[in-house]
Amino acid sequence: MKCRKCGGPAAVNMRQHRLALCGEHFTEWFISRTERVIEQYGMFAPEDRVLVAVSGGKDSLALWDVLLRLGYDVEALYINLGIAGQHYSEESKARVEQFASEGRGAGFQVVDVKQTYGRSVPELARERRGREMCSLCGLVKRHIMNRVTYEGGFAAVATGHNLDDEAAVLFANVLRWQTGYLARQAPVLPSTHPRLARKAKPFSRFYERDTAAYAILQGIDYIYEECPHSRGATTILYKELLNRLETRSRGAKQQFYLSFLKTRHEEGLFSGPREELDLGECENCGQPTTAPGLCAFCRLWGMS
Amino acid sequence: MIKVVYRGKAWELKAGMTARAAIKKVGLDPESVLVVRDGELVTDDTILKDGDEVRLIAVISGGAENCFHRKRYPER
Repeated sequence: MKCRKCGGPAAVNMRQHRLALCGEHFTEWFISRTERVIEQYGMFAPEDRVLVAVSGGKDSLALWDVLLRLGYDVEALYINLGIAGQHYSEESKARVEQFASEGRGAGFQVVDVKQTYGRSVPELARERRGREMCSLCGLVKRHIMNRVTYEGGFAAVATGHNLDDEAAVLFANVLRWQTGYLARQAPVLPSTHPRLARKAKPFSRFYERDTAAYAILQGIDYIYEECPHSRGATTILYKELLNRLETRSRGAKQQFYLSFLKTRHEEGLFSGPREELDLGECENCGQPTTAPGLCAFCRLWGMS
Repeated sequence: MIKVVYRGKAWELKAGMTARAAIKKVGLDPESVLVVRDGELVTDDTILKDGDEVRLIAVISGGAENCFHRKRYPER
């Protein structure tokens, strides 16, 4: 297969776009497409300071790399969750440190959950039986990302979610007809409260294999192993199912996600009478919450 | 013969097939892996020649980013 631009051997074939490119032209295409997506959805402006949440995985490190190359004023945040299985958190952090040390001008900060709050996420999960580890972990990360974005005066927090992530969530939400979530899933989530961070997903138009290809082509050393707690997770099953569909029918994942966004917008789906979320502020940390008194995060730690 | 390596496992297959055929032969979904030969990414229509060794890289991430999806909207 030949590169459409130069006719040299192709490195990446994007069947969904009927586009094959060599490493050099794929890199060029990937970076400029990210910029177009940021602009198209008004995710953030060139003069904005942006926090990029990094996990040490391919998507977030690739996003950090692309935003730096595009000249955005970015700082990364690594949240050390204290996942000890196969030294996952330490290995992930090492990938972030390595990326930052490679002369890209990449600055980052670390929030260590155990040092800051007294317990690691697995320790907290053991105490709070009945709460699934992944949902608890997500809650902890969202809270910390929101806090760091607000306290650091960042205009937005960017995450490395790709189209496969978004399609898997959409699939899960459709299976359960969770109309509240279906109403809100989007490439950019606006800030609806002065202390609620704007969230942007600049890679939400890329297939996961394309972000992996970008990371490999740039020589980014990312954590290849899955989080030990995510094995057998339904998200992975949904991604596998969607990939089987994609193999049979090129562009199926893209169509599923983009048609959803387009149809929801054009036909006003899931926009019926719904009470706007009335956000107050947590009595302890001041972060926005729909709950009276303490937010879910502070309740988790038994704060008062 | 060609050698296919994936997550610490290795298979020996006949030369002359495409990378896509090799991926299917070892029971994987072509959409879920990338193919690296001699340290270079190649497309899956590449014909694998005698002596080639290819590494298949899984692209599905079940890493820390996906925990966000368990609860789509802030649980506050």
